[in-house]
Amino acid sequence: MKLGFIVNPIAGMGGKVGLKGTDGTEILQRARELGAEPEAPKKAIKALEILTPLRDKLRIITCPGDMGENEAVAAGFVPTVIGDRKDDTGPEDTEQAARYMLNLGVDLLLFAGGDGTARNIYNAIGAKMPALGIPAGVKIHSAVYANHPRSAGEVALKYLQGELETLREAEVMDIDEEAFRQGQVTAELYGYLQVPYERQLVQSLKAGRTEGEEAALDAVADRIIDEMELDVLYIIGPGTSTRPIMDKLDLPNTLLGVDLIKNRRLVASDVSEQEILRHLDGQQTKIIVTVIGGQGYIFGRGNQQLSAKVIQKVGKKNIRIIATKNKIVSLRGQPLLVDTGDDEVNAEFNDYMRVVTSYNEEMMYKVQGL
Amino acid sequence: MSKVVYPYIPNSVPEVKIQMLKELGLKSVEEIYAEIPEHLRFKGTMNLPEPLLSEYELRRHVEGILAQNKTCTEYLNFLGGGTWQHYVPEVCDTINSRDEFLTAYVGDAYADHGKFQAMFEYASMVGDLLGFDVVSTPTFDWGMAAGYSMRMAARITGRNQVLVTKTISPDRYLCIQNLVKPNLELQFVDYDQQTGLLNLEDFKAKISANTAAVYFENPSYLGSIETQAEDIAAIAHNNGALCLVGADPSSLGVLSPPSSYGADIACGDLQPLGIHMNAGGGLAGFIASRDEEKYVAEYPTQLWGLTPTVAEGEYGFGDVYFERTSYASREHAKDFLGTQTALWGITAGVYLALMGPQGMAELGEGIMQRVAYAIELLKTIPGIKVPVLSSPSFKEFVVDFDATGKKVADINKQLLEHKIFGGKDLSVKFPELGNSALFCITEVHTQADIHRLVDALRQVLA
Amino acid sequence: MAQVKIRENYHQARWDEPIIYELSTPGERGVLVPLPEQEVKDKAGDVLGKLPENMRRREAPPLPEVSQKHVLAHYLHLSQETLGANLNNDISQGTCTMKYNPRINEALAALIHHIHPSQAEDTMQGLLQIYYEFERFLKEISGMDRFTLQPGGGSHAVYTAASIIRAYHESRGELEQRNEVITTIFSHPCDAATPATAGFKIITLYPNEETGVPDLEALQEAVSERTAAIFITNPEDTGIYNRQIDKFVKTVHDAGGLCFYDQANANGMLGIARAREAGFDMCHFNVHKTFSTPHGCSGPGTGALGVRDHLAQFLPVPTVELADGKYYLDYDRPDTIGKVRGFFGVAPVIVKAYSWIMMLGADGLKEVAEISVLNNNYFQKKVEEIPGVTTWYAKGRRRLEQVRYSWEKLEEETGVGTVDVMCRIGDYGIQHYWTSHHPWVVPEPFTLEPCETFSKADLETYAAVLAKIAEEARQDPELVKTAPHKCASRRRARPEELDDPEKWALTWRAYKRKYKK
Repeated sequence: MKLGFIVNPIAGMGGKVGLKGTDGTEILQRARELGAEPEAPKKAIKALEILTPLRDKLRIITCPGDMGENEAVAAGFVPTVIGDRKDDTGPEDTEQAARYMLNLGVDLLLFAGGDGTARNIYNAIGAKMPALGIPAGVKIHSAVYANHPRSAGEVALKYLQGELETLREAEVMDIDEEAFRQGQVTAELYGYLQVPYERQLVQSLKAGRTEGEEAALDAVADRIIDEMELDVLYIIGPGTSTRPIMDKLDLPNTLLGVDLIKNRRLVASDVSEQEILRHLDGQQTKIIVTVIGGQGYIFGRGNQQLSAKVIQKVGKKNIRIIATKNKIVSLRGQPLLVDTGDDEVNAEFNDYMRVVTSYNEEMMYKVQGL
Repeated sequence: MSKVVYPYIPNSVPEVKIQMLKELGLKSVEEIYAEIPEHLRFKGTMNLPEPLLSEYELRRHVEGILAQNKTCTEYLNFLGGGTWQHYVPEVCDTINSRDEFLTAYVGDAYADHGKFQAMFEYASMVGDLLGFDVVSTPTFDWGMAAGYSMRMAARITGRNQVLVTKTISPDRYLCIQNLVKPNLELQFVDYDQQTGLLNLEDFKAKISANTAAVYFENPSYLGSIETQAEDIAAIAHNNGALCLVGADPSSLGVLSPPSSYGADIACGDLQPLGIHMNAGGGLAGFIASRDEEKYVAEYPTQLWGLTPTVAEGEYGFGDVYFERTSYASREHAKDFLGTQTALWGITAGVYLALMGPQGMAELGEGIMQRVAYAIELLKTIPGIKVPVLSSPSFKEFVVDFDATGKKVADINKQLLEHKIFGGKDLSVKFPELGNSALFCITEVHTQADIHRLVDALRQVLA
Repeated sequence: MAQVKIRENYHQARWDEPIIYELSTPGERGVLVPLPEQEVKDKAGDVLGKLPENMRRREAPPLPEVSQKHVLAHYLHLSQETLGANLNNDISQGTCTMKYNPRINEALAALIHHIHPSQAEDTMQGLLQIYYEFERFLKEISGMDRFTLQPGGGSHAVYTAASIIRAYHESRGELEQRNEVITTIFSHPCDAATPATAGFKIITLYPNEETGVPDLEALQEAVSERTAAIFITNPEDTGIYNRQIDKFVKTVHDAGGLCFYDQANANGMLGIARAREAGFDMCHFNVHKTFSTPHGCSGPGTGALGVRDHLAQFLPVPTVELADGKYYLDYDRPDTIGKVRGFFGVAPVIVKAYSWIMMLGADGLKEVAEISVLNNNYFQKKVEEIPGVTTWYAKGRRRLEQVRYSWEKLEEETGVGTVDVMCRIGDYGIQHYWTSHHPWVVPEPFTLEPCETFSKADLETYAAVLAKIAEEARQDPELVKTAPHKCASRRRARPEELDDPEKWALTWRAYKRKYKK
């Protein structure tokens, strides 16, 4: 059994000193000056310690020094170290190490970091092997991270022991840190990693049962398709939740972008805001949108094409939100968020809206415009 | 504060109550009920009888009321039609009245390991009778099981019409109808009034590309054994429909299991298997099928399976196919489950374990012999036509009183004077059978009992 | 005062019991069947020979062959491996109201063992009187105008409610338009599942994160000319009472919908508050919960469904009526939805529940309610003192008869979650507790309901056991994570196989086919 293990040692350093991330060497320098302490190594050790029962069977492949070696040793493992030792490490080191691990054929890549780290991992391995994040960064918009370091360790343990077999596609998202520091958030959806998924294996003996995520999304797609009206333009937002709609209509789907359909036929793929606007004149339109990432955004993160202008033209009443019940519950009561950059449009959303959660089920859920 | 200390309410001891309130910093329970706004509170007093506080008074009172009933131990009973009088071995009652089983509920298969095993064994033994590898936890009754089976068939086939033989219990039909109404269309298939069997011509004429399934009962409500079962199944299958069979498990020691003649799903009632009639409260349905994912995926009920535990060689149990149900994409509606009739399932298991293959064979054959004997004797009574239907019957059969000039209701009324519960009156629900009644004979009936019926009928009809 | 005792040395019977088939010896008999007299056999002739070949069973069913003592012993072993509520401190199964099931009621119900449901009404007057009177009791308790006792369980009653709502809107020609039923996420899942089965679309209200109950504004946004009804529990499964319930009802009524009150959680409400005062059109009771009849490993129970007059015409047939001093079954109800269960319900359950109410009377029922909420509040105080336990929502407000707690803190701290604690509690002679219906809105949930059955010492003992397990989670998490250790069986090794068509085994014949080739 082989585990790839990568730590971004500087992840999280910006947070406590108010720097909103550590992308870029100057920022890192400032963080250090402000007295930031590395957070990621401690968290990575915490996760790795959970894997102690596998000590004799598990070969850990990792990077030199604080990028994994030191943490693995601290957790009581004797790791195999790859790559050159150097003082300052950067994103390119993460990517190189991940690529190397892909070639080695590790069973799982466990990495500690934030959104930037997830992006690096995604660049290197895409959907080619399973990976799981230990949350250690300031920005965690990506859904590839476990809730906390120990649960990352637990999921990894179960996966390596063969107790978890299901993988799910989880979003890799990142925000432009420079813009973020200036108060603008433009989170992009970069892609999806294959993440081991811990389904509730609780034996529920009373009447409550959940349907699987896949079955739920399937049912949601059926509902949306059944509701589709003649000659209405449908704007299908990005994400895995909307993909079954396109699949069922036998249409090509842009996972990270916006597609337009009408009368069950494709009108345009992967359209920009401008292209969308061009299609809207005199056209009755509906938007199908889902919750992106773990924070509850329905507009303004990962789907900037659906801008304030687009929303205004389509009208709030023509927006259909879709999500599985599990996704809604994982928000823990936090409202769905709208951040279009236009205060007026945002404010319009301060309301309860329907979220389609299965074929014949919808949920009334609070939405908040930022 | 109430002065009565109730035996079922330990903390009704006033001192204890005060102590608990004190610890909570409360003066009275009313402070908790302040949660409920005043205008929503019930201000009056419930108009209920004065309590019978002692167990003795209660016993006297309830025994007094129930003493007005006449039971089938005092009277000789020939009623069946959905609840049947069979002998209940004492061990069945011993087990189902154990507080462990009687009062358990939804505990997991560790502290409630025995419950799971007993239910697994019930399913296994009913599966043996039916020749199927999958059996559901018990449903409310046969009607529920049949309705669920039809909904399953509709989901499996993606079609929405079910053909039902007309020889179904009218009551059960009402239950099924209410359960499938939103999604399915039920259509009757005629039966042959000579034989009591399904009318194959009518069936062929009605089956179509919309037909999800055909449902027939074997034996039928009227007692006939459906000897064309193989043909019916074949016709259904040729049309892409499923074959659903409602079966009486007490017949399956001698009759072919539904799986052998092409049934895809079988259902029925467990009540004949060691469960008292309980004024109709003994009903418990079952659903069974082959062990194929497409079937198992559509069961709305719980399914319990055998699985290893962490201890080498130890049997464990758990809920099978957790994520099944809610296949909304295909049928656009969900079934529901809940507390149904598990205790009767356990009881049916005890019964089958006691009976064994030999017992079930003797039960079936003995019932058929008594029925044949009774028919021969009844025939000798002037004005009675029996059998009305020519195909072989299992434990129930139709008796036609047309030629006697008397109504079944009147005959039954007079039979009461002989301490006999006569057959179920069919004249309203099956007018085509004339002034007929459905008689039920089981292993509880002795030769003398049958003679008592015949003698009484002679007097009543004289 | 009774002792508070953690049963450290408890061990459940573990018989390592074979499957009944493994006890089989060909030829053994458990019970002999009464055979017909020789003359009957002779006159009847070869009855099986008269069957067509294809209808005659060729091979005997492979049932086990076991002598009576061994069948009895086997099932006694299995019973000892089952922890019935009458045996243990069963505060565990919250939302289920695990109250004491009096033995006397069992004895009384046995008096109707030998009644056939189609007997002449004249010969069932006693039973019909009990039905009639019990219905009257429920009318008093709820303020509804009529009840049906036909449904076999809670969900079944709720399905019956959905069927009646269908019939009501159909009778007004509005069924096609009114196809949405509203419910809340902390109402029982059957409040969504049964209207869905009846063909409705479901709109679920999510709770406000502070109050724990949905906002009225959410409901106002949800209702429309498409609203058929609301199905709502109150107090919800969290134990929180929705103080605006009458406004909820009014909002739905104003939109033309009907209001069904799921009263599975009625135990704290007897004589305190009723469906009628809150304006509901219908409500149901789980007779096997609130009125103390046993749960039977999951049935037979009864779900009594009550309606106001304007819906009575749709009730299932038969109803029990009284005229000229005679009770009778009324099938002549033209607008009925038909039937939901064979004959007229689970009669033994009605006899038991009737007996229970007769022993208590109006004062006793109110005492039941008051003690159940007092117990719950006292118990909540004890449980919340345990480090690692939190209670979500509605800080500072009192719960009624039950509470949904969370082990989230303990899980974060130790990795021991609610399922582990649930498994471990069985090692102390206490039934595994109920976590929560899905989805788990409250993380690492557990739901406890200390109804009036439990003594002060029971409450304190239960809390002490939870505290001990929380401590174990800190000292020796593996002990808890590998629990149970002292129950009749240990943890499932490969639960995922129960989802695998190649590996699941629902019957012994399937097991042999898959594992003993």
